[in-house]
Amino acid sequence: MEAMTTLAWAFDALLGLGLLWLAWRALACPDLFKAIVLFVAFGLFMALAWVRLAALDVALAEAAIGAGLTGALLMAALARLGAD
Amino acid sequence: MLPLILALAAGLGYTVLSLPEQVQGLQGAVADQLEKSGVTNPVTAVLLNFRGYDTLLEMVVLLLALLGVWSLGAQPEVRTESDSGPVLDILTRLLVPVLVLVAAYLLWAGAHAPGGAFQAGAVLGAAGVLWILTCGRLQHGLARLPLRIALVAGVATFMAVAALALQTGRQLLEYPPAQAGSLILLIEVIATVSIGLTLATLFLGVEPTDKE
Amino acid sequence: MSIPFLYALVGIGLFCLGLHALIVHDHLLRKILAINVMGSGVFLVLVALARRGGDSPPDPVPHAMVITGIVVAVSATALALSLMLKVKAATGRAELPDKDGG
Repeated sequence: MEAMTTLAWAFDALLGLGLLWLAWRALACPDLFKAIVLFVAFGLFMALAWVRLAALDVALAEAAIGAGLTGALLMAALARLGAD
Repeated sequence: MLPLILALAAGLGYTVLSLPEQVQGLQGAVADQLEKSGVTNPVTAVLLNFRGYDTLLEMVVLLLALLGVWSLGAQPEVRTESDSGPVLDILTRLLVPVLVLVAAYLLWAGAHAPGGAFQAGAVLGAAGVLWILTCGRLQHGLARLPLRIALVAGVATFMAVAALALQTGRQLLEYPPAQAGSLILLIEVIATVSIGLTLATLFLGVEPTDKE
Repeated sequence: MSIPFLYALVGIGLFCLGLHALIVHDHLLRKILAINVMGSGVFLVLVALARRGGDSPPDPVPHAMVITGIVVAVSATALALSLMLKVKAATGRAELPDKDGG
């Protein structure tokens, strides 16, 4: 299954590069709303990385808490920041 | 600044790459004790039985964060009930029952498959967030004592089980192997409700008051 | 290099990216985002190094530690966001003051 291993390796490399790129864009973006959206996408990529590392419980927890709830908290704080 | 961080990255990378390629961690030790733990999912066994003390303290940390947020007082109010449009209303009405069902499934499946109390609690928290965004007020009288009892119930149950183990002559948090499964399920059920409520109340940001 | 070490290196990269952003930016919300990214990097290193057993199942103890870490990170983020809003209410800006006393 040589092709499968190469494919898996390519997928992992792309996922890792995507994680680094998303994190860099989220932290360097001048618009805060876009930064939070990119951070939520980063959290979902992390959930995929957990699945690739055979950590399924961590993937569920990251998707629900890390991406979902942290994103909701950040959005609510951003709205309150711009309120006054 | 940048050269320092690059040097740090290089040092850490070299350290990680010089670790052994194949190493047997604790999976053997966990697999040996798995049938005495009461569940068959090794991560749940570690979370709620072998390292149950860490999980207890983690739930206390959640409550402490909630206490901190409440003690900071009022936040600028942004969302009023009239803001939510029809899409959010219909979506909430469709999604909240489904989310509660998914949470119940994740809780039950946590014993033998990926899942568990924290994942189920987080899904319940998401349902709570949706509910706060559309309706956001509690029945009269529910916001004071019942909410606080429900928030603390998870930690209280866990500590009660730990104390029970002490009373029957075992170590702290050492479950008797015959009842370990049911004890873990009991702790997980109450902890799920507590965690979901804590996460939703963290999203709300302020102490919920009764509104008419 | 095998798969676990690839993800461990990605985790180290995330940690350093977050550290750089934490030090460089003044706005508190960006600092909170940076701390979250640093935390995710650390978790990635932990879980990647737990996968080194070859054909045997992964080590469940780091998985439990990372689940605990994710929940603690969201609690800390919630508290930090409340503090940021209090700083904004007290000083009018959600940024740390400049070193020149601004």
